[in-house]
Amino acid sequence: MSDIIKQSLTELVENIKNKKLSSTDVTKAFIDRSEKSEELNAYITNDFTSALDKAKKFDQKPNFNLKLPGIPMAVKDLFCTKNIKTTAGSKILNNFVPTYESTVTENIWNEGAILLGKLNCDEFAMGSSNETSFFGNVQSPIDKNLVPGGSSGGSASAVAGQLTPVTIGTDTGGSIRQPASFTGIVGLKPTYGSCSRYGIVAFASSLDQAGPMAQNVKDCALLHEVISSYDPKDSTSIDFKRGHYSKELTNNIKGKKIGIPKEYRVDGMPKEIEDLWQRGTQYIKDCGAETIDISLPNTSYALPTYYIVAPAEASSNLARYDGVKYGFRAKGENLIDMYEKTRSEGFGAEVQRRIMIGTYVLSSGYYDAYYLKAQKVRKLIKNDFDEAYKKVDAILTPSTPSSAFKMGEKTNDPVSMYLNDIFTVPVNLAGLPGISIPAGHDSKGYPLGLQIIGKAFDEQNILNIAYAMEEKINFKNKITDWWIK
Amino acid sequence: MSKKNLEYLINRKDNQYEVVIGLEVHAQVLSQSKLFSNSATKFGAEPNTQVSLVDAAFPGMLPVINEFCVKQAIKTGIGLNAKINKRSVFDRKNYFYADLPQGYQISQFKDPIVGEGKVFLDMPNGQKEVGIERLHLEQDAGKSIHDLDPQNTFVDLNRSGVALMEIVSKPDLRSPDEVNAYIKKLRSIMRYLGTCDGNMQEGSLRADVNVSVRPKGSKEFGTRCEIKNVNSIKFMQMAIEYEANRQVDLIEEGKTIDQETRLFDTKKNETRSMRSKEDAHDYRYFPDPDLLPLEVSEKFIEELKNDIPELPDDKMKRFIKEFKLSSYEANILVSDIDTAKYFEEVVAKMGKNKDIKLAVNWITGELFAVLNSKGLEISQSPVSAKNFAILINLIKNGTISGKIAKNVFELMIDGDKDPQKIVEEKGLKQQSDPKALEALIDKIINDNREKAIEYKQGKEKLFGFFVGQAMKASGGKANPQLINEILKKKL
Repeated sequence: MSDIIKQSLTELVENIKNKKLSSTDVTKAFIDRSEKSEELNAYITNDFTSALDKAKKFDQKPNFNLKLPGIPMAVKDLFCTKNIKTTAGSKILNNFVPTYESTVTENIWNEGAILLGKLNCDEFAMGSSNETSFFGNVQSPIDKNLVPGGSSGGSASAVAGQLTPVTIGTDTGGSIRQPASFTGIVGLKPTYGSCSRYGIVAFASSLDQAGPMAQNVKDCALLHEVISSYDPKDSTSIDFKRGHYSKELTNNIKGKKIGIPKEYRVDGMPKEIEDLWQRGTQYIKDCGAETIDISLPNTSYALPTYYIVAPAEASSNLARYDGVKYGFRAKGENLIDMYEKTRSEGFGAEVQRRIMIGTYVLSSGYYDAYYLKAQKVRKLIKNDFDEAYKKVDAILTPSTPSSAFKMGEKTNDPVSMYLNDIFTVPVNLAGLPGISIPAGHDSKGYPLGLQIIGKAFDEQNILNIAYAMEEKINFKNKITDWWIK
Repeated sequence: MSKKNLEYLINRKDNQYEVVIGLEVHAQVLSQSKLFSNSATKFGAEPNTQVSLVDAAFPGMLPVINEFCVKQAIKTGIGLNAKINKRSVFDRKNYFYADLPQGYQISQFKDPIVGEGKVFLDMPNGQKEVGIERLHLEQDAGKSIHDLDPQNTFVDLNRSGVALMEIVSKPDLRSPDEVNAYIKKLRSIMRYLGTCDGNMQEGSLRADVNVSVRPKGSKEFGTRCEIKNVNSIKFMQMAIEYEANRQVDLIEEGKTIDQETRLFDTKKNETRSMRSKEDAHDYRYFPDPDLLPLEVSEKFIEELKNDIPELPDDKMKRFIKEFKLSSYEANILVSDIDTAKYFEEVVAKMGKNKDIKLAVNWITGELFAVLNSKGLEISQSPVSAKNFAILINLIKNGTISGKIAKNVFELMIDGDKDPQKIVEEKGLKQQSDPKALEALIDKIINDNREKAIEYKQGKEKLFGFFVGQAMKASGGKANPQLINEILKKKL
């Protein structure tokens, strides 16, 4: 059984289809591994008993035409799951059980997958280290007391630690790609409008996108194929022709032009990252593609822009958590008192910080100087990419400006924490797809990732580039199972 | 109020003040489902039975625009002779309240769906044009119920998310009477269009009233106060009267008026300060990122234009021209779409040899009286247009007299009976046979010889006596015209 958890999603699907493995075998293996991995604190809620039931039911009446036949899967606790507690990592939703299913998870179950449980994340997806969750820090399988990244930290930890074959996260400013990079796995943030936001607890509506996290590019492509769908229930969902991403996956990227943006060479970037990026360009060339130096002149404004737009939307999106209808409610003398106590006790410090920033930048007298200006800069950032894409097919950058850091290292310095997202936020602001693939290790043996940014709706292209590079890089994640007793 | 020129002015010692009024009317869109969800919008349902996850703002729920509501707003814009904006934007208006589940109302702030327009009011001293500033779509909030429990407030979310059109007028209104005419005109237009039922009792139409005063002849506006959420025309008029006088008194006392939001207390008939400008909410408006800008094509608008029925102004012009009605009569008939419909149906059923004047008199007289006394709308009229038309024709062709017709009409009310049948069954047909009437009159003259002599000697008043006797003898069925003729001849 122990080798089951080491198999990729693609292998598991094959083995179930060939009846070499049953859904029960696979589900048991991942439950067993998950149970032994409590120290990672990757789960907020598990649904193991019912997962086993579902696996048995699947085996009794298997449908091998499905894309994820009987595959167990844990998902980030930002996706609403019917009759399963959904917390968004917050005390304010500590007791919230949705009566509905998010479109993305619905798509997954419709293809035969089985819910293992809900994975830890930063509170309302606000964080880069999974240290803001009401349910505690998530440990990285890479090393003890190392952060897995965030906000999809539980998801990254669960995939890298082999608690789930694949998973889904959400990415507002890098929340899939950064933790993927920190834990040595693959994470894709799709084009805005590719995956429905229906049923996903909102952080910043114009930036949020769900996406797959996996051990390898092929698994990532397969899961993306399942979750991406046009959904009339989300007004920002886009009805474009979606590809058969896994079937059409190819390592032939000969003749592709890959842009190397000079502005991503930021001050104080560690040499290891610089070298990694350099090696990345070599891999690209080795694959028969061409690299071209490009400029994305407004890159340096992306982070400040993001930290205006995202908190502004969040301050409004989180207004619904007021103790009136569902979730946590503190006792108060009157309505206002109840609001104040509920929200003071129900939200953690980082969430409160962002609500305050957001409220401030939308206030009359400040709106034009902050929010409106940020929207204008956002347009400029998007224009930069549009210009670049006249010359290149995709863009290669590091995923993060550093490898994973130790817990507590940046918790008292929000700005340094925010800097983690410097390479990922421009992609969200421009609504583009970006994928992070593991590309090497730093001197401590921690994983480092490279990011490939594509044109809107061109997921197939960046998946192909990632697939081709993956082959050249031949990355091996160093998982020591340190947490297993 | 100076009656002569119908100007509404407030007089204090030597000073005369003009009142300037602008209205923000909230009209509930007539639609099966809400603006951004598919919950029902029926009035009077059990609390919280018409609430979707979207209306209650559950985590991860997203708004999806109801195309029908968009069409309704555009149609209303067309009815208000207004510019339709092909691109409009939904914004979030952020504030906390227990009956506002999202913590924000989705509204349109900078870019409304409908721009400037105008409506025309028929006032006693002529037509008055009132400018429309804009019309935008927004969600209604839920309802907080404070009086069911001493400790708790209850919240009913049935109304939460229902589509409203906010119609903002320019500050063009100058009197409570004009406000009355304006609201009625808006209501009439929207009922013609089927975009709002205009039912003020059910809250489908309510208004925020902006009032300021200025010395007569002044071109500058005074400081205005906004009276929130007034839900009847009568209360609007009362609130304006009170508020205008309050402001004039302040000016006369040498004080200044604070720009503020006020509430109208219907029991005490006064307005009270709700919050000052300094306390005004900062709503932190910003474009709703869950919704893309609303874009409509020229073709979409054109198709809606083709769908617009004849509206009150055009109908009135046509009635005057086609039926030779006075503008007063035409106005009464067109102001309510159902009255206009009834009238036109009567006209159609009367056939070729019709007396439209007579029909109008009977509709605005007898029919309205009956509806009034029974508290019915014309759409619920106990007498159908068809039978009504038959009755008018019976009068017109001399089958029955107007007086008999009134009796017949009363019998018709009970079960919409055919007047022709009533006349036949009750033998009410008018006696128009000259020979029979002559015999009848001969007898009366014979029986009242002394009076006949007196009449001949000059006591002309007695003519009426003989007419009365003749009618009485005929059981009211005698053709009064013939009676007159015969009497004149015989006496």
